[in-house]
Amino acid sequence: MPQEFKRQYKEILEQYTLRQTEHNLYEGQNFSKQLIQKNISPEEVISIHKASLEEIIPDLPEDVSHSFDLLIEVMIRYGLALKEHQTLIKKQENIKMEMELAANVQQTLLKTKVPEMSGLDIGMISVPVKEMNGDYAHFLSDETSVGIAVADVIGKGIPAALCMSMIKYGMDSLSGAKTDPIIVLDVVNRIVEKSVSDSMFISMFYGRYETTESMFTYASAGHEPPLFYSAKNNEFTELQAKGLLLGVIPNVKYEQHSIVLEKGDFIVIMTDGVTECRSKEGFIEQKKVMEIIESVKEESAQSMVEYVFHKLEELQDFEQRDDFTLVIFKKM
Amino acid sequence: MNLRSSVDIITEWDIVAARQLGRNEAKEVGFGTVDQARITTAISELARNIYLYAGKGNIEIKQIAEGNLKGLLVIASDKGPGIPDVRKVMEDGYTTSGGLGAGLPGVKRLMDEFKIDTVVGEGTTISATKWLR
Repeated sequence: MPQEFKRQYKEILEQYTLRQTEHNLYEGQNFSKQLIQKNISPEEVISIHKASLEEIIPDLPEDVSHSFDLLIEVMIRYGLALKEHQTLIKKQENIKMEMELAANVQQTLLKTKVPEMSGLDIGMISVPVKEMNGDYAHFLSDETSVGIAVADVIGKGIPAALCMSMIKYGMDSLSGAKTDPIIVLDVVNRIVEKSVSDSMFISMFYGRYETTESMFTYASAGHEPPLFYSAKNNEFTELQAKGLLLGVIPNVKYEQHSIVLEKGDFIVIMTDGVTECRSKEGFIEQKKVMEIIESVKEESAQSMVEYVFHKLEELQDFEQRDDFTLVIFKKM
Repeated sequence: MNLRSSVDIITEWDIVAARQLGRNEAKEVGFGTVDQARITTAISELARNIYLYAGKGNIEIKQIAEGNLKGLLVIASDKGPGIPDVRKVMEDGYTTSGGLGAGLPGVKRLMDEFKIDTVVGEGTTISATKWLR
């Protein structure tokens, strides 16, 4: 038993047995901070109490004295539980640190640069809900074409993130930005189908914009349909394209469609982190999302995606529930 | 002085007998109340493991000395099924009791030295030492 602690405790206890003041109690409470800091276990504290009491009251009844031995016995497991708890907290800190490292690796691995294209304004935001992102956005570009892949692994965290690396691998094996969307999906689907367990589902959208014709060509593997905003008609429509989720079967026929953009038109590509936002009143409706986007349609594409994210975050009381990815292509 | 004594663990009541033996020896070595309680808790845990998982076995208590250092050695042995994955049972939070701060990691914490020898299908011997400081 650390003698210094015993001396201090005895002093506090002696004062308290004489006068039961709040001040003495406060001192006792402060003393417990020191005990915790120095890792003094509960059973030791009781033992200190017992020894101090026996010194303060020399004729302490024996049965009272014995009662503390029982209490010591009872507290041993509390002491053990406390130590176990401390070890587990340390372990958790280590895991957290590893997760952060892994998240960094992932970020580096999945880094994509928003390309600069003449006549096209591009904005992108991708915010994971946990350290690791289960959403994926990747650009391919050359002088006149820009391709955008947006994928979403159903599920979050590490398994989703590991899955993403595979899509990245599939995308890297493509020859360039001019590849047809249905070819892109076909290649990635074959890779995913071969290497992913049946319980993993990935949706993916691929679109390619050609600046020479202002044409956007797209295909989808069960992904959230993007929104197309027509400036002339001042209205949103969904860009529908049928196609099975990635990795279910090897040979899938994807649909490919094209649309021509006029000045001020834009396309909004997103993951279900955007469409499945929910506030206290329930799901935030698509109409609401459209309203938010429309209210900032004159801004740059990057300002638009950032505004939509913050606005939806606000509507959800700043509790993000799913990985959130939003890309806007706006014709200038 | 009898420096070596043991208790066979066959029924749950033998756990109490092993504790009693451990406490007497610990007192004799000169351990204080808190360490006595730690040693007996470790013995309880070891004896309970024998009773629950091996059916029967033995707890041996030895007073030991190394130079000026005096201590108590607890040896729990059984011819039970053995432990297939020692690392796992030594992990915090693994015990089936679910985070009650005991199990083998608890025994290791309560004592100063801890050693485990186990062969699947042959049995387990656990030695744990507490030194008097």
